[in-house]
Amino acid sequence: MKALAFLLAVVALLGSVSAQAGVTVMDDRGAVVQLLPVPQRIVSLLPSLTESVCALGQCAKLVGVDRYSNYPTSVRTLSPVGGGLDPNIEAIVALKPDLVLVATSAPGSDRLRALGLRVVALEPKDYANALRVLGTLGQILGVDSAKAVVQTMEADMRAAVSLVPTAAAGKRVYFEVSPGPYAASTSSFLGQTLERLGLQNIVAGSLGPFPKVNPEFVVRAQPDVILIGDSNADALPSRPGWSTLKALQAHRVCVFNKEDADVLVRAGPRMAQGALLLARCLQGIYGAAPVSAATKASAP
Amino acid sequence: MKQWLRQRPLALAAGLVLLSLGLLALGACVGSSGLQSLREVWLDEVSRQIVWDIRLPRSAGAWAAGALLGLAGAVAQGLFRNPLADPYLLGSAAGASLGVCLALTLLGAAPVAAPWLLQLGTTGAAFGGATVAVLLTLALARGVQQTLRLLLAGVVVGVVLGAASSLVLLVQPQLMQAMQGFMLGSTAFVGWDACALMLGSWGLCMVSAWGLSPVLDGLSLGESTARSLGLPVAPMRIALVLVLALATGTAVAHTGLIAFVGLAAPHLVRATVRAGHARMVLLSSLMGGILLLGADLLARSLLAPQELPVGVLTAVLGGGYLLWLMHRQNPVAVGAKP
Repeated sequence: MKALAFLLAVVALLGSVSAQAGVTVMDDRGAVVQLLPVPQRIVSLLPSLTESVCALGQCAKLVGVDRYSNYPTSVRTLSPVGGGLDPNIEAIVALKPDLVLVATSAPGSDRLRALGLRVVALEPKDYANALRVLGTLGQILGVDSAKAVVQTMEADMRAAVSLVPTAAAGKRVYFEVSPGPYAASTSSFLGQTLERLGLQNIVAGSLGPFPKVNPEFVVRAQPDVILIGDSNADALPSRPGWSTLKALQAHRVCVFNKEDADVLVRAGPRMAQGALLLARCLQGIYGAAPVSAATKASAP
Repeated sequence: MKQWLRQRPLALAAGLVLLSLGLLALGACVGSSGLQSLREVWLDEVSRQIVWDIRLPRSAGAWAAGALLGLAGAVAQGLFRNPLADPYLLGSAAGASLGVCLALTLLGAAPVAAPWLLQLGTTGAAFGGATVAVLLTLALARGVQQTLRLLLAGVVVGVVLGAASSLVLLVQPQLMQAMQGFMLGSTAFVGWDACALMLGSWGLCMVSAWGLSPVLDGLSLGESTARSLGLPVAPMRIALVLVLALATGTAVAHTGLIAFVGLAAPHLVRATVRAGHARMVLLSSLMGGILLLGADLLARSLLAPQELPVGVLTAVLGGGYLLWLMHRQNPVAVGAKP
């Protein structure tokens, strides 16, 4: 699976290099985008695309970002142009951008296109796509740093995998994304991260990427580790029947604050850092040294 | 003055038209970049674009959508002889939501594989969904002859299609935010072509409703009276339902589910003048346009450069004004039959 994902990414990168001579590229809605002139004023309406632009070293060309883009911190001082779902058309046009980056399902993108702006829809939803989007974006921005960025991400990812304690290998995990409870299944982007770290997900991908699961299902499945955001973590033991969960009793819970959650859920250039976060949490639970960790974890 | 106005619906109509034009002019001035764009409109290409291609179509579009909803509201309340009837009564809101929901799902799943869907867009999907829902209601009610049956069928279709949307959202929770945007309604993405479409549809609906208004007047005296007046009640009712569906579907497709305009506009008119249904439909349409355009202006300016959801403001504005009228006036006047 992971080999396939990176093979795809490499193919995409090679493709981008060979197409450098070309004058157009296709975005994720199938629209043909002119590569020239090289954009100088960019508006981004998706946090992961904002991060990608900056990772490619083009942060200075951003003139406006959506209200959810908060990384790197320099983008917080840019003009606000609404959210990805409720963009402020007038504010965007007033910035005179020559490139607007949006998600594929963004409302208003047709409107922006009709106003004569160069709109590019890109949707990095999983590993392979995030790497492909970096390649496409590099092509559009006229830089060739995409390959280096991908290599760094790949190195970080390998580091994260090697940091996972052996005692944690094959452990069954439950990743709750919001109280519903909605879980990240194996087919989600988060599920892919867990898989690369050698963990087992208790929620099957056939249920969809973020299915609403029955609380009873989690109790029955008895995950070894629970991963959850800090705003919902405290309420877990008070859910009916959940006090019997061994993971809760043994405090095998990874709690992420808002900033960590941003790193984890965005399929952007920081996704390997998300994997590192998970690996460090697993080290906290199972210990860096494999033998002592195993005994500690099995204690009640 | 009040009494004088009560007898003169045309004076009110003239006033509403003037107010509409005034608000439209104001619409060219208000936005996140303020008056600067207006001052430089002849000098700067971007300012010209902001005023001419963004603010004006948006303002005109908000007016047109409000006018369609006001018209649909007056037709619905006359047709069902119920002051609580609103344009979404025949299931068009739930149908439009489901259409948008399905379109977003398919677009999210395979954007490149469905170019026809891109062409159609969420606008087409919303209109299609609303139309299908109304047809479904008509089929379930077996025609339009029985008001109660039609109302119940509309409620059933609304609830069932609403549940279907919830089911789709359960499988695709990432669409929830996008759907919330549609539910609250927005006038932000209206361009000149959408404007033209809404105004064209408004003209068609207005002429038809004007022509069909005798049956609404007749129905206000009871079904048997309407029939005894020698009017072809059955075909005229079908035509009215079609007007209702077209007006609502067009508005919903371009601006989402905007709350309360359709319900409040006829009441605001009734609280001011006494008029037959022909004038009532026109006045209520103008009133709806003013209500939504006013709400849109406030949505743009109150928190600029942030924007408020326009649906929230229509509810607050329309509801507040209606309450004020009710307290100020003889309570019988509001909600009484015209």
